[in-house]
Amino acid sequence: MSFTARDIPFTILCVAMLGALVWMFFLNPLLAAQLSINGLVIGALYGVVAMCFVLIYKASQIVNFAQGEFLLVGAWVCWFLLTDLQLPFFWGFLFTLVFMTLFGIALQVIVLRPMIGEPIISVIMVTIGLSIFFQALMKWMFGVFVQPFPPIFETSTVNLFGIMPVQTAYLFSLVLSLVVMLGFAWFFKFSRMGLAMRATAFDQQVAQSLGISIKVVFAISWAIAAVVSALAGVTVGIVNGVSSELSFYGIKVFPAVIVGGLDSIVGSIIGGLIIGLLEGMAQFYDSEILNFGNLITVAPFYVLVIILMIKPYGLFGTRDIERV
Amino acid sequence: MTATDLDLGHLSDDAAPDIMLSVNNIEVVYSDVILVLRGLSLEVPRGKVVALLGANGAGKSTTLKSISGLLKTEDGEVTEGEIVFDGERIDGIDPDKIVRKGIFQVMEGRRIVADMTPIENLRLGAFTRTDKGNIQADMDMVFEYFPRLRERTGLAGYLSGGEQQMLAIGRALMARPKLILMDEPSMGLSPLLVQEVFSIIRKLNEDLGITILLVEQNAKMALGVASFGYIMEQGKIVLDGSAAELMDNEDVKEFYLGGGSEERKSFKNLKSFKRRKRWL
Repeated sequence: MSFTARDIPFTILCVAMLGALVWMFFLNPLLAAQLSINGLVIGALYGVVAMCFVLIYKASQIVNFAQGEFLLVGAWVCWFLLTDLQLPFFWGFLFTLVFMTLFGIALQVIVLRPMIGEPIISVIMVTIGLSIFFQALMKWMFGVFVQPFPPIFETSTVNLFGIMPVQTAYLFSLVLSLVVMLGFAWFFKFSRMGLAMRATAFDQQVAQSLGISIKVVFAISWAIAAVVSALAGVTVGIVNGVSSELSFYGIKVFPAVIVGGLDSIVGSIIGGLIIGLLEGMAQFYDSEILNFGNLITVAPFYVLVIILMIKPYGLFGTRDIERV
Repeated sequence: MTATDLDLGHLSDDAAPDIMLSVNNIEVVYSDVILVLRGLSLEVPRGKVVALLGANGAGKSTTLKSISGLLKTEDGEVTEGEIVFDGERIDGIDPDKIVRKGIFQVMEGRRIVADMTPIENLRLGAFTRTDKGNIQADMDMVFEYFPRLRERTGLAGYLSGGEQQMLAIGRALMARPKLILMDEPSMGLSPLLVQEVFSIIRKLNEDLGITILLVEQNAKMALGVASFGYIMEQGKIVLDGSAAELMDNEDVKEFYLGGGSEERKSFKNLKSFKRRKRWL
């Protein structure tokens, strides 16, 4: 791990980022703190979605372009249960998760299982197809307008440390993200199925020689990805309302996983947090100095391009990933 | 040792041995076009060690993979014949189901999960077990067989070759299989470690009664632990017999054990070449 000339661009990038972060606090500490916290909360959600993305990638080498649609479907289903069926939030949320588990398994069994053994690129094309299909289906079923969730929390904001207003939904989302991350950590370290999934990610033939059914592992990884993405979808829906905008999260996942490294679960969380924070910074400089008005949307993708140029394996990715 | 092996061989021949696994006349094709095994048959009696010997590319590993079902993962297929394990046909079944039936393959090159600890690897071996209570006891048993694995707490990828082989065997034990298919356990190990691995194989068979089908390049060591042996060439069995018979066989001596008489190196090469041709 010695420092070589190849590390110089990356170091400059890190220093520039940190500098921008610190400078932000000099210019307007309160707004900076506000945006950083919001950024980290959103970033945690990115991290959670990115984790699902990496989970599927690791288990089956499939780049899942339909990740954003999982958020969309989950949020719409939950919205439907809460508004049309008037279920209390707890039950609506729970049923959404059950539905998404079955949805993920069904998707794998019906659409993707027949593709086992086909070239990975065909499977990736199928996920693009799925993405378009569910986009259209959701628009057809629920319309194209933003639909707000019914109010779920009694107070919409809480004052953090007495001075900083933070939305309750953000706190809820932060707690949820942390629970999901700890759940993942436990699952992969201690559970039998988690170990089996890691073995499958390491080498599918070895996994099969140990009696692990890789079909079951794939189905479970899709189910987990669908459920956890739906969690994120519902949380975002509570804050911003549900609309097809949600599937944009599936695209935002790419900067996060590229920064973190395509095959690292820990990297995906850290990548998500970095991208979230970066969005907060972009929003700050945009509103305070630059006045472009849309820097927040494009900033993550600038970083994506830069990272791909100077550190293509991300922070935690393995170097021989293209040989997989 | 030779004497006892000879007796065992004859006993099992006479008393209609209890056949655990029988491979009947199988033909294996890879990618629909590459014919690798053509009419291969062999039998593994319960509680015995059987050696399957042969040169590189003879189809030994393919034979094991067609028994364990891993052939499927390499786009191979058993197109003719049948494989019967404990009275049940198992050809064409998914590998994970075959593991549940009690056949465990220790693949060539160890293939341990490098980014997990040895204990996690052992837990993976027990994946198919339903009796959760006994897993810890079995892990202790594995550590008794391989004491040095207990001290290794880092990632399994950093273990030495010998330790990795022991971990691979230990992982197989964790599944409590009836039959272990072992593919070249001596590969890449120092002579001393090879001896250790083979003495462990012998112990597993004697202490735990596990039946073992052993594929080896090291014919001398393999026939040392096995009671029966098959010799393969180009996808077929060309010779079989008790371990002692094979050890005494002139061709086996020359082609697999080394040695043989010195004068063969001259004009008689032709004769032994002919004899070899007859096998094919």
